[in-house]
Amino acid sequence: MAVGVAAYADPVIPSYALELDGVTVSLGGRRVLDALSWTAATDEVTALLGPNGAGKTTTLRCLTGMLRPDAGRVRVLGGPPGGANERLGLMPQSVGAWSAVRPGELLRYLAGLYPDPVPVDELVEALALGPLLNRPYRRLSGGEQQAVNLAGALVGRPDLVLLDEPTSGMDPHARRRTWEVIAGLRGRGVSVLLTTHDMNEAARLADRVWIMDAGRVTISGTVAELTAEASLEDVFLRHTGGAV
Amino acid sequence: MNPTRVLRHAAMELRMLLRNGEQLLLAFAIPLGLLLGGLAWGPGLGLDPRVFPASVVAVATWSTAFTSLAVATGFERRYGVLERLVATPLTRADLIAGKSLAATTLVAIQATLLALVAVACGWRPVWTAAGALSAVLATVLAIAAFAGLGLLLAGTLKAEVTLALANLVYLAGLALGGLIVDQPPWLPTAALGTALRAASEGALAPLALLILAAWAAALTLIARKVFRWTS
Repeated sequence: MAVGVAAYADPVIPSYALELDGVTVSLGGRRVLDALSWTAATDEVTALLGPNGAGKTTTLRCLTGMLRPDAGRVRVLGGPPGGANERLGLMPQSVGAWSAVRPGELLRYLAGLYPDPVPVDELVEALALGPLLNRPYRRLSGGEQQAVNLAGALVGRPDLVLLDEPTSGMDPHARRRTWEVIAGLRGRGVSVLLTTHDMNEAARLADRVWIMDAGRVTISGTVAELTAEASLEDVFLRHTGGAV
Repeated sequence: MNPTRVLRHAAMELRMLLRNGEQLLLAFAIPLGLLLGGLAWGPGLGLDPRVFPASVVAVATWSTAFTSLAVATGFERRYGVLERLVATPLTRADLIAGKSLAATTLVAIQATLLALVAVACGWRPVWTAAGALSAVLATVLAIAAFAGLGLLLAGTLKAEVTLALANLVYLAGLALGGLIVDQPPWLPTAALGTALRAASEGALAPLALLILAAWAAALTLIARKVFRWTS
């Protein structure tokens, strides 16, 4: 169901870590992103919410330069996608690593690709990865793989982090640790884009939320604005195709 | 292209290749078994022991630069490894260069090992500068051609389909592609076999080199055009 965009007024014009303007992508004859427009302010946590198939992962692929839109403009840290990868960290939604790689070796390898990486030991401690370091990636649980992926996204000391469902599959301890790490990123001036199906996570972490459905933004605002009269989950349900 | 990142990536690719049991089988066990079996029983089957080890080096090049690369890249694409790496400072050119360097290094290790074992078994190739240069050139061109074909499969098909097809094509190349038995060098496999067998007798095979160069250019261009980074 198509729903009109209902954006709240923004009193201050911030500088943007991410900008999408009229981005359209068709894959296999299906329009996945339909003139999608939204922004993510610098130094904030921005949540991009949407049901399965809404186009979130396609949006992330446009941001990393994996996909080139058929129309529209994408800016990442003020430049074209792929132009500032030394300042970007990506946590993919699934896997994202060789099955035989050990987390310690993966993190050292990734650290070696960046000019000023975070010491791997610091990340290992912050995300409690110590017991996992020498275990093949394929033997880790889904939540453990996500924790390693998060460390991989942060090891380059990024200014902007793209987190695709960062806590899916994590146990409550790991989820809380991850939330603390994400909150700490914002405290250090790192811009974060977060996709999630966990409304509690979005409400807890995000400064601004964009809800999309069928490739378009249907509503956006700060968490306080969106939840003034209903829970974020109710707002989500009301503004996406599964509305009840 | 950043040489440090290319080297780091090549080292990682090589570690991942050498950690995979199936790849080790393809890279070392099958060529070594073929070499020892061929030297022992090949003459009875009409295989010339003076050039047979060169044919086995061609087989090893085929298995590493085509089959191993296709299978590994297919699963990297399926598991999102490529997607993640493209969002790091490692550029696509760095990534392809790292892969190529890893494959070339592995072929060099295989060729050295096979040559040492063959020499220990009594093989005495005719060494000439032109022959050696021709062998190196043919191998480099073949790696480019085979890698282009491997990336063509891995970059367009599902990982499981790539796995099945790459093994099928590997066996077809082994049995019918002119790697071991002389054939007109129109296929890249036959051209490599012809060039390496000629080089092991100190001779040049200019037509085979030309054909390999044409295959290398065509297959890498096509792979570059059709390769998709996500599955």
